[in-house]
Amino acid sequence: MVRDDRVRSPFSAVDRRDLRDALALAAAIAVVGASFGALAAAAGVPPVLIVAMSLLVFAGGSQFLVVAVVTAGGSVVAAIAAALLLNMRHLPFGLAVGDTVARSWPGRVVGAHLLIDESVAFARARPSGPRAHAAYWLCGTLLFTAWNVGTVAGMLAGAAVPDPASFGVDAAFPAGLLALLLPSLRHRDARRVGLAAAMLALLAATVLPPGLPVLVGLLGLLVAGRPPARPAEPEARPGAPGASPAGTDDGSPPDGAPPGPTPPPGPGR
Amino acid sequence: MTWSALLILAAGTYLLRLAGLALRGRLRLPARVDRYVDLGATALLVALVATATLLDGDAFAGWARPAGVLVGGLAAWRRAPFVVVVVLAAGTAAGLRALGVE
Repeated sequence: MVRDDRVRSPFSAVDRRDLRDALALAAAIAVVGASFGALAAAAGVPPVLIVAMSLLVFAGGSQFLVVAVVTAGGSVVAAIAAALLLNMRHLPFGLAVGDTVARSWPGRVVGAHLLIDESVAFARARPSGPRAHAAYWLCGTLLFTAWNVGTVAGMLAGAAVPDPASFGVDAAFPAGLLALLLPSLRHRDARRVGLAAAMLALLAATVLPPGLPVLVGLLGLLVAGRPPARPAEPEARPGAPGASPAGTDDGSPPDGAPPGPTPPPGPGR
Repeated sequence: MTWSALLILAAGTYLLRLAGLALRGRLRLPARVDRYVDLGATALLVALVATATLLDGDAFAGWARPAGVLVGGLAAWRRAPFVVVVVLAAGTAAGLRALGVE
């Protein structure tokens, strides 16, 4: 079997600790998937559509939303519009992790389907490069599998599925995301932006429909301020010939390492 | 719920995901813009954590969930392993609910 370095499996760089962390998220998402399957079945959605939705949409929040709106007698068009609004954040996420997911088209076409909040946060919590790339694919595939297995199990078990709130799963996801975010929040500008984003999103949630408040959080960028001074910043030497910020070979800017101490490793290390 | 509705939702969601990744491949972002893209992802994720912690729709989610997230967050801040963070958060919320705290 011919194995070219360029088509190496993304899993070849999987770290055992990353696997353990991703499995923890997968266990939690399986529970939520089961509750989705049970809820959708109780709402009278045909089994084949429930399974297809989890396979083809793979975005929990929007799946719950669609089923809730349709069950409540809302229009299907309104349900889809609301669900797509909720999924709008995936676009800026893709922009942020594009190079981590894949640099080739086949990789991007497949990797796009695995793009969810958790896989994005999971990859961003790792040092950029092979480790983050492997972490994205590991987290994405495990969560995709867990979500779909959970959906089918919940659909079959029906009313026997307990409320995920009794397991506290609704607290596990924000806490997990927060843990994944902590390394990036050690930078002063990210903390400032994050705080503003949280406050704006919470305020917006009192008046705007689901999905928009999180997007309003992007306005937190208004307080990003100037980039922290970097010793090797090409822009800092305007007179230097050929010193263009876009001049890196691989298209990626020199990793956004802040001045001062190296960012500490993510949680769990 | 019909097949056509499902397929429209699936295609729309997929295209939103692919659009970001595809744009990334097309653009050569200067470091200054790249910083905003990265900070933007942080802003979205923090906004997500804040709303998912405190709210159910536009109403307060109750005390058990934020308490769980707080305990998990503190554990993460003290460099507890990720699995411990997730289990502590879920356990705290579940425990409080078992005690009757919503």
